[in-house]
Amino acid sequence: MKQLLSGNEACAIGAIRAGVRFFAGYPITPSTEIAEYLSRELPRVGGTFIQMEDEIGSICCMNGATAAGVKAMTATSGPGFSLMQEGIGYSIMAELPCIIVNVMRGGPATGTPTRTSQADVMQARFGTHGDHPIVALCPWSVRECFDLTVEAVNISERLRIPVIVLMDEIVGHMREVVELPETVKIWQPDKPKPAPNQYYHYDDSNNYDAPIASFGEGYRIHLTGLTHRKDGFPTDDPEIIKWNLDRLRNKIEQNRSWLWDIYYEDIGSETVIVCYGSAARAGMEAKRQFELKTGRRVGIVRLRMVWPFPNERLIALLRSARRVIVPEMNQGQLYREVERTVSLQVPVVSVQRYDGEMLTPEEIIAHL
Amino acid sequence: MIELKDDRFLEYFRLDERFPHILCPGCGIGTTMATMVRAFLELGIKQDELCVVSGIGCSSRVPGYLDCDTFHTLHGRALPAATGVKLAKPELKVVVIGGDGDIMAIGGNHFIHAARRNLDITVIVVNNFTYAMTGGQYSPTTPTHERAATAPFGNVERSFDVCFLARAAGAMFVARSTTFHVAHLKKMLELALKKTGFSVVEVISQCPTFYGRYQGIGDAVQMLEWLRTRAVDVSKVTDPWHQKDKFVIGVLHDQQEIAPYTQLYEEVRERSKGK
Repeated sequence: MKQLLSGNEACAIGAIRAGVRFFAGYPITPSTEIAEYLSRELPRVGGTFIQMEDEIGSICCMNGATAAGVKAMTATSGPGFSLMQEGIGYSIMAELPCIIVNVMRGGPATGTPTRTSQADVMQARFGTHGDHPIVALCPWSVRECFDLTVEAVNISERLRIPVIVLMDEIVGHMREVVELPETVKIWQPDKPKPAPNQYYHYDDSNNYDAPIASFGEGYRIHLTGLTHRKDGFPTDDPEIIKWNLDRLRNKIEQNRSWLWDIYYEDIGSETVIVCYGSAARAGMEAKRQFELKTGRRVGIVRLRMVWPFPNERLIALLRSARRVIVPEMNQGQLYREVERTVSLQVPVVSVQRYDGEMLTPEEIIAHL
Repeated sequence: MIELKDDRFLEYFRLDERFPHILCPGCGIGTTMATMVRAFLELGIKQDELCVVSGIGCSSRVPGYLDCDTFHTLHGRALPAATGVKLAKPELKVVVIGGDGDIMAIGGNHFIHAARRNLDITVIVVNNFTYAMTGGQYSPTTPTHERAATAPFGNVERSFDVCFLARAAGAMFVARSTTFHVAHLKKMLELALKKTGFSVVEVISQCPTFYGRYQGIGDAVQMLEWLRTRAVDVSKVTDPWHQKDKFVIGVLHDQQEIAPYTQLYEEVRERSKGK
């Protein structure tokens, strides 16, 4: 069935199809349509929607629902995302899978609620204190808002880690005709749960993908934000602190073989555009127009997963590039990450736009 | 002396290696924890049907010692976390325990909204008038003019009345007791746990390590004496809300139950199906 949908709606539909049955959030432009859609649709499928008193309450409420065994999600924008940071840290530390959608708007502070931006890319990575892993996905179209939300749910369940869906105002509010699949692949752990007396909530012999116990199942689990042992109880033993933080880091490091998502074309070209999210729409159009005018090919690399940053793969993809262009709707946040993946002789140009307007293909063509 | 019929009391604790606990000698939180477990036993609340949620602080360390599902969340966030647990699994008995700092200061906003929503949970506020874990700073319940680690010249702020606030915010049941009156405290906890809807028990507790020392009240024994002499039963006062330098103990508010949040939301699910 073909539908005219906004990115925010497609994201909400993707969440429900991927098994999300709980949403706790707080209204904030430009993410509110996600909450509105889910407030209507979640009760219909036996789920729960709650509007909390603020974003701090929202993420903690979501963590509570996850701990009780329900797939949960929240959606917000810059200011709310800032408030959620400690709660995201809790999800990471207690290893509670969840989805945080951040429909980016201009900042800092209240910034520009109704304008677009990609300026939370670094916050998504380093927003919460302490060394921690994170996964962040960046859709560029309405269809991708659906697909990447489904992917986010599956990754978060598989690695027991919060996954951030970094949309932006353009992608969230843009309407496109899409045909969404009725059923999607849902990640299911294939092992049975061990008996309560042999159960460790943070067992590291299973690459994180053993089924986990939730509240109310007789396992009498203890969840804490403190550094903990494999049974979940806090400790300040240096050896176990290191084990705990290594365990978190290894979620990314040991799964890099599949933990990446890049779309690319013509990477043998001299000039390659590296982009993500709605700036990639301008990047793609710049490539098309430039090729039409000059007959010369331009490469494009579109990061659908921005964190963990795909260093190794980008090094391989940009090996023959002589010039790299990084268009972003911020003051060059991912540009340095890209710069590190090419040799010193290869110039990397940061094309920035941060006045709340969409980056245009012309602005990119000017640098090609 | 409360007689233990068998070891059911001890079975409620994680005795393997969680003990000895971190509480100072003479702290009132241990008394509160033990009394809470006795109330659970009295009401036949099974360990596998119970989830105890807390935030951060001395009182919030209690769940770690209990052998049931326990949730030690972020500072001030026990109530939103408990909200998530209760909505996801309404069949669970959800109890929140925390201190005056955790629940009334950083968690104050969540406290009033959880009460307004009338979630079917019980909140135990262990009020020792101070931030104990961080070393005796003044809290939202520290009386004006008292000295604290961060009020060396006297506290200029006015204090919250936990029970008054709970009632105003819409709690179904509000009671106060102290760690001296353990039998009374157990009764109050039982009534709160039996109530459907948002119930609050404020437990006035002693912190000899910081509060007792800063206020010159003395050690744990002297603090218990201080609790005993200051406590007055609600039946003996005309106005339970404005008693200076007294702890009015007993049931301060107990109203006709209304449908709790989870029940109302279940009706929302039903209504949403036809539309």
